Amino acid sequence: MRPGYAIILERAIASPTTMTTNATPEALSHAPSLAIDVQGLSKSFGHMTALRKVDLQLAYGEGLALFGHNGAGKSTLIRTLTTLIRPDEGTVRIAGFDRESQASKIRSIIGYVGHQSLLYDDLTPRENLRFYAKLYGLPDAHELVERSLAEVGASTYAERRVRVLSNGMQKRVAIARALLHRPRVLLLDEPETGLDQGGLELLDSVVAAVKQGGASVVMATHGTQRGLALAERAIVLADGRVSLACATSETTVDAIQQAVLAERGASSRSGAQA
Amino acid sequence: MKSYLRSAVAVYAKDMRLEARTKETFSAVLAFAVIVAFVFGFAFDPSPTVVALVGPGIVWVAYVFTGILGMNRTFAVERDRGTLEGLLLAPVGREAIYAGKLASTTTIMLVVEVLLYPVFLVLFELNLFNIWFVLITIAATVGFSAVGTLFSAIAAHTRAREILLPLLFLPIVLPVIIGAVASTSAALAGDGWGGVGKWLQFIVAFDLVFLVLSSWAFDFVLEE
Repeated sequence: MRPGYAIILERAIASPTTMTTNATPEALSHAPSLAIDVQGLSKSFGHMTALRKVDLQLAYGEGLALFGHNGAGKSTLIRTLTTLIRPDEGTVRIAGFDRESQASKIRSIIGYVGHQSLLYDDLTPRENLRFYAKLYGLPDAHELVERSLAEVGASTYAERRVRVLSNGMQKRVAIARALLHRPRVLLLDEPETGLDQGGLELLDSVVAAVKQGGASVVMATHGTQRGLALAERAIVLADGRVSLACATSETTVDAIQQAVLAERGASSRSGAQA
Repeated sequence: MKSYLRSAVAVYAKDMRLEARTKETFSAVLAFAVIVAFVFGFAFDPSPTVVALVGPGIVWVAYVFTGILGMNRTFAVERDRGTLEGLLLAPVGREAIYAGKLASTTTIMLVVEVLLYPVFLVLFELNLFNIWFVLITIAATVGFSAVGTLFSAIAAHTRAREILLPLLFLPIVLPVIIGAVASTSAALAGDGWGGVGKWLQFIVAFDLVFLVLSSWAFDFVLEE
């Protein structure tokens, strides 16, 4: 890890206020006991069922690691939590806000890092973050942008166009974008992709700092060890169903990997029979 | 209202900054518009009698074709680069995104249209530097953009978007095209408000209806 942002992150971890939320007063006054409450969530795309009756609860300050083979439904679940996908059945409540009637309020308190960076190639990281700060209506945008860039070690690259940055640096800026408004729920979909060792350490520090600041983190990952180390709870998804749910302190890397492999084998067999 | 304006201005400023930096849409649309004008210029003898008859039609065919080309890119670029999700994840009303996109599309089209004025003057001796024609251009371009921005968002979700957009767009904007051609003929003939007024009012009414309808429908269009 490079010294510059290491110090900033250590400070962030030591002082949770640096990672606490910037949500609107209205959103903050709305403080139910669960950060995420999902009941009976189902979603299909044509004939393909992506999620089947998924239940999920997560408290504030907790981390959840989502495991599963490719196509198990991890990304669909995360994208449904972001409000990008409308579920066919079930209810989604984030910080008490209902996905159907209060989607905009949910968007104001979540941060999302997905497969794509959501950055404009021909703008610089600083311009990208300033643009998103305006969309989020952040009052102290300038300071937040600079702080977010520093947190991910991207200050040096702030004036270069995103298209000339490496994939790893783009991912760091994408993380900065997700943290810009200090979300109460951080949703990460395979965030390790493209990150080097320094970037992975940064990711670990960010997740720890976010949780310490009282926010919740959901992370879909193929990195079993990292997922278990960063989260308090784990779920294995298979064919859109929750096949295993447990506390990370009560399971092992082998147990999770075996659960994922077993479900992948079952899926392959049922796919071949179909 | 303040949040709506702030978000719409942010989207507009971002689009303009990107366009000023890359000139991707502007250069393609301008080149296409000039080519269309030249093709018409060689297709027939531009004598004053012929130009008076078909000139307004040529102008608006060129504008509509170039508009389709530009509008195709309005959301395709956002979708191809994944940035549309960034917009959708922001806690802003979809109508604010629509308004920002509408404003940027209209601006690019208007700039190209004004740059074509001297081209039409040289090729067809059509003097479009006329206050009535300027008003018609603005009103009709807003109408095109109001419809085109909505359909561009619909088409961006499909694989055959280059084909789908004109199929959706042209039948809806036909009244504007008819109104624009008729009012342009009147304006170039020197009829003033007496000849131009009723058509201009018709185009403005179309604009208002489709600005409201498209803004309302935009939320449903963007749902995955």
